[in-house]
Amino acid sequence: MNDRLAEIVKFDNVGLRYGTDAEVLSNLSFTLYPGSFYFLTGASGAGKTSLLKLLYLAQRPSRGAIRMFGQDLMTMPRERLPDLRRRLGVVFQNFRLVPHLTAFDNVALPLRLAGAGEARVVKAVSDMLEWVGLAHRAQAIPATMSGGEQQRVAIARAVIARPKMLIADEPTGNVDPDMALKLLRLFEALNNRVGTTVVVATHDVHLLKKVPDSLIMRLNKGQLSDPTGALRYPPRPSSSPSGGESSA
Amino acid sequence: MNIPSLPEAPEDEAPEDKAGAAPAPQAKRAARLLPQPRMGGLMPWVIAILIALVVIAAAGGLVLRNLADNARADLAAAVTVQVIEPNPDLRAARGKAVVGVLQDMELVRAVRLVPEDELAALLEPWLGTAANSGDVPIPVLVDVELVRRATPAEIARLAAALEGKVPGARVDAQSDWLRPVYRALAALQWLALGLIGLVGLATAAAVWLASRNALGQARETVEILHLLGGTDRQITRIFLGTVLREAAFGALVGTMLGLGAIWLLGQQFAALDSGMAGGGGLGPADWLVIAAVPVIGVLLALATARMTIALALKGML
Repeated sequence: MNDRLAEIVKFDNVGLRYGTDAEVLSNLSFTLYPGSFYFLTGASGAGKTSLLKLLYLAQRPSRGAIRMFGQDLMTMPRERLPDLRRRLGVVFQNFRLVPHLTAFDNVALPLRLAGAGEARVVKAVSDMLEWVGLAHRAQAIPATMSGGEQQRVAIARAVIARPKMLIADEPTGNVDPDMALKLLRLFEALNNRVGTTVVVATHDVHLLKKVPDSLIMRLNKGQLSDPTGALRYPPRPSSSPSGGESSA
Repeated sequence: MNIPSLPEAPEDEAPEDKAGAAPAPQAKRAARLLPQPRMGGLMPWVIAILIALVVIAAAGGLVLRNLADNARADLAAAVTVQVIEPNPDLRAARGKAVVGVLQDMELVRAVRLVPEDELAALLEPWLGTAANSGDVPIPVLVDVELVRRATPAEIARLAAALEGKVPGARVDAQSDWLRPVYRALAALQWLALGLIGLVGLATAAAVWLASRNALGQARETVEILHLLGGTDRQITRIFLGTVLREAAFGALVGTMLGLGAIWLLGQQFAALDSGMAGGGGLGPADWLVIAAVPVIGVLLALATARMTIALALKGML
């Protein structure tokens, strides 16, 4: 297996339940590969956010096995999780910006947590804010920013440290169609130019057509289906993402 | 849509080093991650009150210890010989006989026959002018200073030496009179120690509650930091910075309050001009102990907060 096909995430018969409730995710088995662009679709309540929580290490599964970057999450002590999390970039559904930090300091958080020097932080964050068109809003706190601006701050924070995998939960849910397309292009740029694996959860089937080389995973009541062959090995892009989705 | 080029990756500070593990930031960097959270407006003042109580209790305990030690040192190496004889001439002769017997003994450093005038003056508050009238038989008292603290057996030998030569002579070790006082002082010292222990527990409990409260209020932020790759150590440092600042402020205010109270009490006791109260001052070593109280208080607050935060963070993924 070459580097391109080396697995970045592998789920094996994974289930997740909260407390003693019924499983919200059942028997999930799939593999994500480096440099691929995945859409995770499904109706509201299908389990998309729960699956993303497993991917960005906010939850441990109730059963099954997960390997990430070649490491077994089931036996990994929690002290080692920060190392893995620093390889991920996450755009949360509700952005989860730190409310009392400026846009600049929110974007700087991943670098500062990784121990970067302040001079480098200033340069990198300034460039990143420029990239997302928010250089003029660097000192604004989230409460004074529009939804779109907050979203771009969240994206800048997610990509500032050049993550190996970018996970975005409904990133276009709160923005107009033009902004949604622009955000999608930003993800594509990261995927194409940096080689970051991208996983975007969305219930907007129209969005799937916008990234022709994407792979689609569909969740329905906690079960994963594979309408376009995205989960096959070796993976291949969907030839007709929207059609596959709609027929699933 | 025109998408600008992705900016260059930050040099060197990529989130992983060559081994794949990020270097732990220094404390200064961790503290810069977030504005310092507040523990809760009352915590510094609660700590101030508790530290003031400890300072006062510690000073009180030390004063009592010094007072007891000084009294013990003065009285432990001394005995009083009393001769009860109604006949004034015989009484005077027996007093001189006691002095004669004792002054040659190795154990005895000095012997003093207490003059009748001095005895009468001592008794005047209770007997009035009758103490000088001669109508009331006043015993002969002989103060005996020993070369060292005598054992009960040595006191018994001293009494036996007098018994054969001076009828009616009775030996009282002065420390025996004050034994109940010593016991009361010791009980007060233990009380002070117990009070210090209780206040220490109360301080720890206050810091525990304040830390949990602060952590609860910042839970969303703490979760975000975790998900962005923050370590428990980095998050703990942020909170410990706040605890250090607020506990230090409280300890400083509490120490000043406590010292003020000690000064006021000192003035009151100095006005008593009592020999016993005068023996209870504070020495340089005692002041060092009192100075250590706020330092220990801050360390206790830090240790408690660290433990509380570490336990709470372990409950998160």
